[in-house]
Order: sequence, then structure tokens, then C-alpha cells
Amino acid sequence: MIEQIGTGEAVVFWVCAVLSVVGALGLILSRRAVHSALWLALTMISLAVLYIANAAPFLGMVQIIVYTGAVMMLFLFVLMVVGVDASDSLVETIRGQRWAAIVLGLGFGMLLTAGIANALAGVGMTGLDSANSQYGGNVEGLARLLFSDYLVAFEIVAALLIVAAVGALVLAHREKWQPKLTQRDLAIQRVRTGLHPGNQAPPGVYARHNSVDTPALLPDGSIAEQSVPEPLRVRGDLRPVDTAAITETAELAAGGAADGPVEHPVADDPGSSPGEGR
Amino acid sequence: MNPENYIVLAGVLFTIGAIGVMVRRNAIVVFMSVELMLNAANLAFVAFARMNGNLDGQVVAFFVMVVAAAEVVVGLAIIVTVFRSRRSASIDEPNLLKY
Amino acid sequence: MIGNGAVIAADVAPVLEPLTAATGIFAWIWLLIALPLVGAIVLLTTGRWTNRFGHFIGVATVVIAAILAIAMLIEMMGRPADARAFEQTLYSWVFAGQFQVDVAFQLDQLSMVFVLLITIVGSLIHIYSIGYMAHDPDRRRFFGFLNLFVAAMLLLVLADNYLLLYVGWEGVGLASFLLIGFWQYKPSASAAAKKAFVINRVGDVGLSLAIMLMFVTFGSVTFESVFSSAGEASDSTLTWIGLLLLLAAAGKSAQFPLQAWLLDAMEGPTPVSALIHAATMVTAGVYLIVRSNAIYDRTVFAATAVVVIGVITMIIGAIIGSAKDDIKKALAGSTMSQIGYMVLAAGLGPVGYVFAIFHLLTHGVFKANLFLSAGSVMHGMNNGVDMRRFGALRAVMMITFGAFMFGYLAIIGIPPFSGFYSKDKIILAAFEVNLIAGIAAVIAAGITGFYMTRMFTMTFLGKARWDDDAHPHESPAVMTIPLIVLAIGSLGLGASLYYWGDIVEWLAPVTGYESRPIAISTTLLELITLATVLIGVAIAVLMYGRSVPIQPPQKVSVLTTAARNNLYDDATNDIVAVRPTWYAARFLVWFDNRIVDGAVNASAAFVGGASGRLRRLQNGFTRSYALVMVIGVIVVFGVLALVGLS
Repeated sequence: MIEQIGTGEAVVFWVCAVLSVVGALGLILSRRAVHSALWLALTMISLAVLYIANAAPFLGMVQIIVYTGAVMMLFLFVLMVVGVDASDSLVETIRGQRWAAIVLGLGFGMLLTAGIANALAGVGMTGLDSANSQYGGNVEGLARLLFSDYLVAFEIVAALLIVAAVGALVLAHREKWQPKLTQRDLAIQRVRTGLHPGNQAPPGVYARHNSVDTPALLPDGSIAEQSVPEPLRVRGDLRPVDTAAITETAELAAGGAADGPVEHPVADDPGSSPGEGR
Repeated sequence: MNPENYIVLAGVLFTIGAIGVMVRRNAIVVFMSVELMLNAANLAFVAFARMNGNLDGQVVAFFVMVVAAAEVVVGLAIIVTVFRSRRSASIDEPNLLKY
Repeated sequence: MIGNGAVIAADVAPVLEPLTAATGIFAWIWLLIALPLVGAIVLLTTGRWTNRFGHFIGVATVVIAAILAIAMLIEMMGRPADARAFEQTLYSWVFAGQFQVDVAFQLDQLSMVFVLLITIVGSLIHIYSIGYMAHDPDRRRFFGFLNLFVAAMLLLVLADNYLLLYVGWEGVGLASFLLIGFWQYKPSASAAAKKAFVINRVGDVGLSLAIMLMFVTFGSVTFESVFSSAGEASDSTLTWIGLLLLLAAAGKSAQFPLQAWLLDAMEGPTPVSALIHAATMVTAGVYLIVRSNAIYDRTVFAATAVVVIGVITMIIGAIIGSAKDDIKKALAGSTMSQIGYMVLAAGLGPVGYVFAIFHLLTHGVFKANLFLSAGSVMHGMNNGVDMRRFGALRAVMMITFGAFMFGYLAIIGIPPFSGFYSKDKIILAAFEVNLIAGIAAVIAAGITGFYMTRMFTMTFLGKARWDDDAHPHESPAVMTIPLIVLAIGSLGLGASLYYWGDIVEWLAPVTGYESRPIAISTTLLELITLATVLIGVAIAVLMYGRSVPIQPPQKVSVLTTAARNNLYDDATNDIVAVRPTWYAARFLVWFDNRIVDGAVNASAAFVGGASGRLRRLQNGFTRSYALVMVIGVIVVFGVLALVGLS
């Protein structure tokens, strides 16, 4: 019984074939791995359509659910772990690898397709109508085979899946060697280092010029060098500090002047220190 | 249209996948190329099943899918592990096992 | 003359005596060997504990063995002639399939006389050594080695099969090596020991091959079965066995062409030279030939070869002895010569076997006497050996002089001294078989007269040519008493064995005996011999009687020069054996280093180099491996396409 391929299927084939090849090329040509994954999803969906067109509706559904759904999701998930932004450099590092790969790959493909086409020339298509209908449908037919002729292979594959799942767990698992650090532990750790435990003083505090080149003053009135960004410090671009403010601050620190802020003159020139005018 | 068109399409996809394996350095992309090759083989199986008129080809394709799923799980776990230690998913990076 | 046909035993065919199981005193045969062996073990393992009295242990074991042997002799003489052979099996030694060997002893008339010679002369030399080695710090070790030698030599003559004999054979070789090199701090002594050992190896190979051939031919190595089935073997097999045994005998008895070691062996202490290299061990070859008479009686070729070897050695030994100024080396040459007589007699067949043993016994006594006398002289002369530095010692050491004179008269064969009886019988037997051998024996007797007179005159007579610091004196009694006993033996042993001891009839059941008619009368022959000896004596007296130059004269004949150089035996060995071996070894070393190792190394280098380059393919890049896989797939496809998978 020779089954002929109808026009409708031919249309489906050509559309899906073009889409799948485009997807495949997109896969290997995309700079970003995420794009590759999306291109691959396109190819897979096209292939699912082709499966269905080839009288394999069950495989087509599995292709979409398992492959495009689960496997591709796993790929994307790992891509997110590894870093979705990373775009690969496409510059080849192994000398001659790319050209050799392309030439050999194309040669290989030509050999393959030529050989297969040669071997299949004139082979007709039996069609799966009778096989599918024997047990009431494609799924029933596959189930019949899986649970009879291929039962052992099926069981082994089941075991393989479990082993793979456990293996992935083992591989991805990171053993915890130390107890989890509590907030208290972290605080102790920070104090132990001997560095300044709190936040650094931001620049411009207690200063008239609320800019980064004005150092902060410490509670005793001295200048906190650390509060100014290092490049400015190195260049010596620290803005001179109003000494009155310093004195006032020192007095405040000593607990003397509790009667409010002192009036002090303001220099006209914002570039010079207001204290110089006195 | 000839039924062997399916086979030729499978060959083309397989070839593209093989080239992807050889050319791309990102381990995940290489893995996706492998998946592409497996899918191409599956297409051929499905087409052969239809030509031969029995479902064994489809069963094998089904097995291929299952095994590929298992392989993806383990392979991606390996990639994650390697990435964790080397901060890189490049397939050229782990090259200490050499002369 | 005295010996003129007085006792001519009837012809006796060599018979295979029935061996009776050893009972009574003969149950103690094993003790003969065990005594000196235990002595050796005690002396060599107890270290300094036995330093003070060790030599008494050494002497005691041998003396007790000698007493036991004499008791056995008396017992044996009381038995009929066909019941004098005993055997004692101790245990089964080797049992490997067909190859069955027991540790078993055979004591018959032949073994008996050897046991007596070894134990009695051995005892005397042991006693003598107490005095001679008194000042040596290693005297205990010396006695241990001597006891070891006696045990091995007794094992050699008492064994009832060739394999056990071989054990004793190697044992005496070991003891000889140890004793020649006893003063191992002297390079010459250690070199001489090595030389003796190596040359003896050549002979030992002959013996081991002979034993193997016997086993292959007869399926057994016991004397009894080999001799009883000797007639069944082919002529060529018997000839080969005979020649191999002759090679063994030549090695052990310092016969041509393996004689070179004996002169160097004189590096050992003088008692060793007397016991091992004159009286007993060097006669083991004669014992081997006589013991194997059943083989030599059946192979004319091998027997003739024995005669030829004997004659050659007899002559060259005498010539070497004539030119040596070293008293011990001159005596060593004499020993070679006298053993040549014995080998000659042993090769004559039933005509001569008895006389070979007879001469062996008398020679064992008078040569031990001569060596011990020489040792006594050396003892008094600060261990000097150069006869040109002796002279006029008669006055200062009368006992030594007397003993040496007895030995001297015995060896040159003046009646009624013992050498006369034994040597004349050999000359007579030689004439009975072959005229040339007979004439050679007479000439050798003449040369013997010459060199012994030369030695005697240079040492004891003439003017004193001593070193300034030499104070010659007579040796202590412990040394002179053995000398006196041996001197008496030199005088009386020949006549007493011949007439009273009836040596011919005693040995004939073992060796067989026959006499043949000769053209001239025996009396005339004895006169001719005696006249030849006297001519030799006269020449020596003329040459050395009046004055002897202290420095050896340089203008001498070619023959003298050759004799001084041992007839160039070392040079000959060097050319014949040492150099070819050396070159072969060099070539083999070269071959091994260059060709064998070269091939191995080259292949290793090739593999190493190739892998060093090939491993560059393992560049660690997975993608390259994938590329190679694709290449492989393409190749497989190509092949499939070529073979026509359409």
C-alpha cells in the first residue's frame, strides 16, 4: 500500500522545513545564548508540526510538552543562572577550527544527504494508517509496543531517568561545611576586623558647600579625610573648611555653647574660605 | 513531494547542529546544538516509521527524547558545577586534561 | 735385582666384586667422613673460642679416623679376597623420576688404600702443621680447612656413585682453593687460588658431562651399575666417557694441558702443598681413571689418550722441575712428573692399574716427606724458598737432612727405597705395552735423578749461601717426628707393600691384573733404568756439586729458559683460552650494548618520539575532538560508499 503525500502536507512541510532550518541557523549564529534558545524553540515547534504531519501525533505533543516546554525551560533556567547578559565573542580561538568545522560539516552533510537520498530513491511510503488504527490510535499503538516489545528498554530508561535526576542533584548540590552565620556572628566578625564598624561619613556634612569636595567633620571638630573621594584627596582639591564651624562644633562637643548656632559671616566668594575674612 | 525530503531535512538540521557543536564555545549553546542533532535524528526516525508502516521508529524516537531529557539534566548540572568553580561557561575553559 | 719376578701374581681379570652390606666395624664407614667434617664445622664456626686448642681438635679427628681406618684394614685383611667390598647406604639423596641417587659408600680394596693414605699421611701432616703454623694467627682456620679437605677427599674415594664422588671432587677443589689462598693478603696467593679454581673448573665440566653421559647411557650413576653394563654401550659413547673422565683427571691431577695451576699452587702453606698438592688431591685423577677401569678397558682410544697425556706430563714436569730454583716449585714439577707416571700406568690397562696405585701410595709418602722436609728447611730459613740461598744445611738440620735424603733416594728409585719398586714396575709395564712409552719412562727417570740430585745438592751440600740474617736451625719435635715416620715409610713402604702387603693381589680383584712377556729381561731393564738414573745424578753432581751462583745464570739454553717459564704454559693458555675468551666477551659486550640494547633503545626512542608528537593532538579542546570525530565519521562514510553500500 503506497501512500501518496498530498499537497496540504507538502505545504506544511515546506513551511516548517524553512522555519526549522532558519531556527537552526539562528541557533548557531546568535551571539547571545538566550536568542539561541529561542531559535531552537522555533525549530522544535516546527519539528513537532512535522511529526504530526508524519502521523506521529503523540510524538508531536511530547515534542512540544517535553522538549519545548520542559527541556528548553531548563536551558533558559540555566542560562539565567550562568548570566543572561553574557554575549559570546564569536572570534575563533582555535586556529583553523571554524573553517575546518564548516568545510567538514558541509562535506559531511552532503555525504549524508546524498547517501540517504541515493539509498531511498524510489522507496515508496507504506503509511501508518493501518498500524495506527490497529489498536485504536497512534497513542494506543505506541503504548502497546512500549509495554510489550520494548518493556525492558522502557524500564531501563525509567531507571536512567531516576539516576539522571539523582545525579543532577548530586552535581548541583553544594555541601555546607559551616553553620549558617547569624546577624550576631556577622556583627562580631565586623568588629573583629578593627576597621570602622559603621557607615563612613558622607562628604559635605556640616559644611556650607554641600558638595563632594567638602570633607565631613568629626564630632570633635576635626576633618574626616575618609569622607572625601580618594581622587580628590590625592589631587589636593579639598575645599577649606569654615574654621568657625569647626570651633563651634568643638564647643558643642565640649558642651559649652548650648545657646544656639553662632552667627558668622559669610564670604562672598564661595571659592575662598569664609574663615579667612576674619 | 518525495518522502525522502523529510530525511534530507533531517540531514541538513543534523549538519547544522554538528557545525554548531564544533564552532560555538558557549557550553549551553553547544548543548542546544546537540539537542538539535538529536531532534534531526528523531525526525528521520519518524519519517522512517511512516515509510515502513510500523510504529517501532516512533518508539525509538520516544526513547531518544527520554534519554535526551536525562542527558540534558545531567549535562546542565555539570555546566552549572563548572560555572560555579570557573565563573565561565566556555567549553574551551576546562582544557587541563591534555598532553 | 730384588724385584726380579719375585712376586708375579697370576693374571686376574677385573671382576665385579659382589658388594656386601657393611656390618660390624664397617658400619662405621660414615664416621670416617663425619669426624673430619665435624672438626671442620667446629673449627670454622666457633670463632675465637677454639683458637687456643682448635688445632688439637683438627689433629684428633684425623688421627681417630686413621685408627678407625687401620682397624678396618685389619678386619678386611681377615676376610677372603672376594668378600672385601662393602657398601653402606645412608639415605636416598636424589629421587627425580629415573634419576635415583643414594648417599652410599663403597669400601673396597682400592678405597681402603686411599683411605689409609689420606688418614695416615693426613694425620702426620696435621701434626707437623701444629709446629709449622705455630706462629700464624689463623692457625685454627688452617686446621678447619685441612679437616674440610680430609672429609671431602674421603667422600671422594668412598662414594659408591659418580655423583657423590663429584661432591667430594668439588669439595677438595674448594678446600684446595681455600688453602692455596690461605694467606689471602698476598696478591700472588689469591691469584694462584683463583687460577687453580678456574683451571679445575675446566676439568670439572668434563666430569659433570661424563656423569650426564653415563646417566643417559646407563640410566644410573652408581659404579656397580655403570661398570656392569659398560659392555652394552657403544664404542663411541665409551670413548667419549673415557675422554671426559680424562679431562676431569687432567684438571684435578695437573696433567697436560691443564697443568698450569699446580706450580702456582705452591703459594699455599707447605703442609698444604704436601697433603693436597702432592700426596692426595692431585692423585684423585688417577683414582678416577683406575676406578673407571671397566670403561677404559673397553675403549682403546681413550686409554691411549691417557697414556699420551701421562707421558707428556711426565716429561714436561721433569723438565720444569730441573730448572726451578724455588724448592717448592721444583718439587711441584716433580709431582707433575710422578703423577704423569701414574697416569701413564693407569692408561696401560690391567697391566698398569695396580702399579699406578702402588706408585701413588709410595709417592704419597715420599713426596709428603720431601715437601715436609722442604717446609722444615724453609721454617729454619725465614721462609726462604730459593735454593741458591741454601746450601750446607746438612750440618745444622740433621734430621731434616736425613728425612729429605730418604725421600730423595726413594723418588729417584734407588733400591731398596720404596720408589724403586713402584716406579720400576711402571716402567716395566710400559715396556710390556709400548716401546715408546717405556723409553720415555726411562728417560723421565733419568731426569728425575738429575733434578732431585740438583735439589738435594743445592739445599744440603756445598757451601753455605745463606742470607745475612738467616739462622738455620732444626725444627721442633712436633715437626721432625712426622718427618721421621715418613722417612721410614719412604724407605720401607715399597718393599713391604710389594712383598709383605702383596699389593698386586690385594688390588687385582678391583682393577684386574695381567702381565705380558717382554723382549728383554726384567733384570736388564732394571739395570738400564738404574744406570740412566745414575747418569742423571752424575750430571747434577758435576753441574751443582762444587759451586752454585747466587744469581741464576742468564746465559742458559733455550730449554732452560723455557723450563724456568714453566714451558710457557701460561702464555699458551693466554693465547689459546684467555685472549679468545676476552675478545669474545668484549665482542659480546659490544654486541649487547650496541645491537641488542640499540634495537631495544631505538624502538623505545621511536615510540617515545612518536608519542611525544602524537600527544599534541590531545590539546584539551573538546571542540577539536568533535572535529576529529566528524573526520572519522566522514572516513567511515567514505569507506562504506567505496565498498558499495548503495
